[in-house]
Amino acid sequence: MIHGPTLTVARYALIEARRSGLPWLAAACVLGALALSGFLSQVAITEGAALQATATAALLRGCAVFLIAAHVVASAVREANDKGLELALALPISRSAWYLGKLIGFACTGALLAALFGLSLLAWAAPANLVSWVLALAAEAGLVAAAALFFASALGQTVAAIAATAGLYLLARSISAIQAIAGGPLADDSLAGQAARWLVDALALLLPRLDAVARGDWLLYGAPPAAELSQSLAALTIYFLLLAAAGLFDISRRNL
Amino acid sequence: MNGIFTNRERPLQAVPGWILCLLATALAAQIGWQFARRAEAPSAADLPAAPSAQALRLAGLGETAALARLAMVWLQAFDSRGDNAIPYQRLDYGRLVAWLDAILAVDPRSGYPLFAASRVYAENTDAQKARRMFDFIEAGFARDPNRHWAALAHAALLAKHRLGDLALAQRFAAAIQRQTTDPTVPAWARQMEIFILEDMNELEAAKVMLGGLLATGRIRDTDERRFLQERLEEIEQRIMRSRKAGAR
Repeated sequence: MIHGPTLTVARYALIEARRSGLPWLAAACVLGALALSGFLSQVAITEGAALQATATAALLRGCAVFLIAAHVVASAVREANDKGLELALALPISRSAWYLGKLIGFACTGALLAALFGLSLLAWAAPANLVSWVLALAAEAGLVAAAALFFASALGQTVAAIAATAGLYLLARSISAIQAIAGGPLADDSLAGQAARWLVDALALLLPRLDAVARGDWLLYGAPPAAELSQSLAALTIYFLLLAAAGLFDISRRNL
Repeated sequence: MNGIFTNRERPLQAVPGWILCLLATALAAQIGWQFARRAEAPSAADLPAAPSAQALRLAGLGETAALARLAMVWLQAFDSRGDNAIPYQRLDYGRLVAWLDAILAVDPRSGYPLFAASRVYAENTDAQKARRMFDFIEAGFARDPNRHWAALAHAALLAKHRLGDLALAQRFAAAIQRQTTDPTVPAWARQMEIFILEDMNELEAAKVMLGGLLATGRIRDTDERRFLQERLEEIEQRIMRSRKAGAR
């Protein structure tokens, strides 16, 4: 399925990322996160190293997600405004090959960001735990790239696409806690309360469990066992494929 | 060249003078304003009511370990201003305990809440506030004795030396002795109860405990064993002396 033109588009997406401000922004994020967490660890009266590791990991995770989402949306919207898609499709390349190529290129960019951010945590984490964290962050960044590309392609506006991606991401990270609150002992037992719980449960079926992956506590208390980690990564892969399919469906139907 | 470090701007002279003046004035005003209103550590009255652990977890978006530690750093800023004669004296300990409890529930493996409770908040000179913190430490210890024994051991020392409440200190020491199973828990923490009983003049109980401890064979270090043996003999002599005094 992945052939020459797809890989060519993917390669150009990677080149675009390298030539943009993304590497500099990533380096600034690493420095900023290390500086902030270093300051916080100085203020802490105990567990300074643990605080530094978890705060750095949490900050870098947020940075990775924001950077990749903003980069993908900006790139896709700029290309749409410059009529780059129309130009590309004038060449012997199908819509699906173009979309998949972009997606692969952006996912690889996310994986590179995850690897760079993982390197900055080497001082605090055991290598095995760090590898699990980097793998999970790479998968999460890939998923966010897929969501950002889908929304940018479907909505065509920078702010709307970033807002939709951020909304999906925040909901995916908080849905478990929302479910726990909805089903807690203090929850309302009325018909409206039950309907709300049903709605939350239905919503949870449509979202990936991002709160369960790339967590900072993996660096302190150990990553989950390989079987559990593979299950989490498999779930992210399924959602990645779902977003890719939705994007391909949208671009195949669109009148250009 | 299309990079972020390109130099495509017009020269500085192209900017009208009034704009430069406005920029410099606004910058100076901003710095001056913020300098005059430098934020200080929040006061005791600023401590808000604690959220539920579930709400905290929701705010953490899954990053429970980072959130718990950041929340502790934030919490310890309240009532810690330099002009306070005694920091943390004016804090509402009901709210404080609720915060510590919620943070501990968010990351039960973190030692930070119980460390701060025992080393900072329980050292309050107000006995009632200290006791409130002791209750929190005891409850936290009961959830995971092998992880949180150090906080309860410190609470036992504070109960004994600050409050002079030997019964409370003995209860804490007994909990450590009976509930910890991790071999890395140091011997002094497990033997604390014996010495508190001695201080309470509960010599028979101390003797039974010390004799029992030596009989179990858990003390492998020869110096430690000799020290405890000497201590046992000393207790036995004190019991003998008190019996003789009673007979007269």
